[in-house]
Amino acid sequence: MSQMTGLKSDEGLVRELAEISGRTDTRDVLAHATKQAKEKFDDYFIVDIDAHVSEDQFWGEVLELIDNDVWKQIGMDQFDKFAGNNALLNISPGLSHQSVGGRIGHQGRKEPVEGTEGHPFVTAAKRGMDAMGLDYQVVFPSAMLLLGMHPQEEIEVVLGRAFNRWLTEVILPKNPRLKGMLYLPYNTPEVCEELVEKYADHPGIIGYTVCSTRNNPVHSDVYTRLYSLIEESGKPLAFHSGYHWGDPSFAQLNRFLSMHALSFTHYNQIHVTNWIINAMPERFPKIKMIWVESGLAWIPFLMQRLDHEVLMRPSEAPGLTKLPSEYMKEMYYSTQPMERNNMELLEATMKAFNAETQLLYSSDWPHWDWDSPSTITDLPFLSEQAKRNILGLNAARVFNLPTDRMKPSAEQVLQERPGIS
Amino acid sequence: MSATKQKRDFVVAQLEDLKERERIVVDADGTEVGLYFYADKVRAWSNVCPHSGGPVCQGKMMPRTVQLVVGDRKSGGPGFHPTDRNIVCPWHGFEFDVLTGKHPADQRVGLRSVPVRVEDGEVIISI
Repeated sequence: MSQMTGLKSDEGLVRELAEISGRTDTRDVLAHATKQAKEKFDDYFIVDIDAHVSEDQFWGEVLELIDNDVWKQIGMDQFDKFAGNNALLNISPGLSHQSVGGRIGHQGRKEPVEGTEGHPFVTAAKRGMDAMGLDYQVVFPSAMLLLGMHPQEEIEVVLGRAFNRWLTEVILPKNPRLKGMLYLPYNTPEVCEELVEKYADHPGIIGYTVCSTRNNPVHSDVYTRLYSLIEESGKPLAFHSGYHWGDPSFAQLNRFLSMHALSFTHYNQIHVTNWIINAMPERFPKIKMIWVESGLAWIPFLMQRLDHEVLMRPSEAPGLTKLPSEYMKEMYYSTQPMERNNMELLEATMKAFNAETQLLYSSDWPHWDWDSPSTITDLPFLSEQAKRNILGLNAARVFNLPTDRMKPSAEQVLQERPGIS
Repeated sequence: MSATKQKRDFVVAQLEDLKERERIVVDADGTEVGLYFYADKVRAWSNVCPHSGGPVCQGKMMPRTVQLVVGDRKSGGPGFHPTDRNIVCPWHGFEFDVLTGKHPADQRVGLRSVPVRVEDGEVIISI
């Protein structure tokens, strides 16, 4: 908080608010979201099924848990020298335009946690959950979203194993409101099987994630044992989309926004298409499939395209007993980044896939295109029950979470820190 | 019968201070307002972004980015406008002209103005 300078009156009622940056306390960045919670959804049970919290700042802790001595030594050497938080990873720092040159001030956060106790990641996550009015948050590694395109499959394996250890041993035990979805190094199916068998009963692991940005056909027979294990565990399988500017099609696009707009829907469209046309819902009917971070507008597009083609060419999709759109209505989708400039289209989109039962709120915090819970409560066409379902009750059903209140009141959060920088 | 809330004046800054700093964001008895001095004009905008309710005035002030066009209608790449300045919401990057409050790509999207005046060197808002 800054003192007003040179005022002759009203000093007691006027206080100054500071510019928001990547070093601003999460509670200050999100103070308006806390006010929204107080006004609109403080009594809602809310589950955020996809958030990131900037775990890349703790990449050294993950590298320390690599179980291969050579890759660990190489990773730590990179970490200490030129690569830092990008050690062993295949992301391209020069193509990281998320903050638009710092215009989106909170992107690339480094939470100020000086003087606090406990793990800084957990501290930052709790601040975000409290500020947004979340009961639970599923945290996922943003640094690893491109690992499916890593040229070295064994790197995906060692980092996947290390990250899962960090998540389950270091982070999740610290706060019962934090949950995880296991990272599956999908380029190596047998390791995915090993990890599902190892972690299926872990209380903090409520599902499994495949990073969608990859070129593996999801219907391949190499995955059938993995899918059987996932089905037996009863926990959902999520495909988390991402971008990849190195894809030859996207290399035509000269602006980050163009590539970002198309690629996040592209990979999940391909995987849903393969999953349905190859009749995977018939072969693994009990797997709960979740498609994460592609927004919603692509869903009715793909429903219509696949129905149209299957009706003309049923012999190419002989395993189907109903139209693709019917299978898609049985899948689950996360909300963010929810396109909402045209309410008529959004309403039709939500009707197309029965959003009231199939849609799961996700914030994607702290990434630049994150969504607060008010993106759902502000929708004029949803019923009160639909809003409650989307924000938390659907997730409670899918992830088998108790619906007891876990968060402090928004009033309490504001009293403790009323959005001052 | 609906009650009409009486507006109240708040002295929120000294003009000389605002001129020097170009932007001051205040919370005046629970109402957040961004004060701006640019091109010899004073503006006051609600610190609530029309997109998602973010703290729009607590973001950066940036020159408006324009598409440059050079000979034979070729792209000259992006460039900064020599005088136009935009307020950028730190939540998601929505941009608004500091003087008009309008979004550069959609004039229907804009900031909510707050009545502001200068008296005896003091910047006063009515809320």
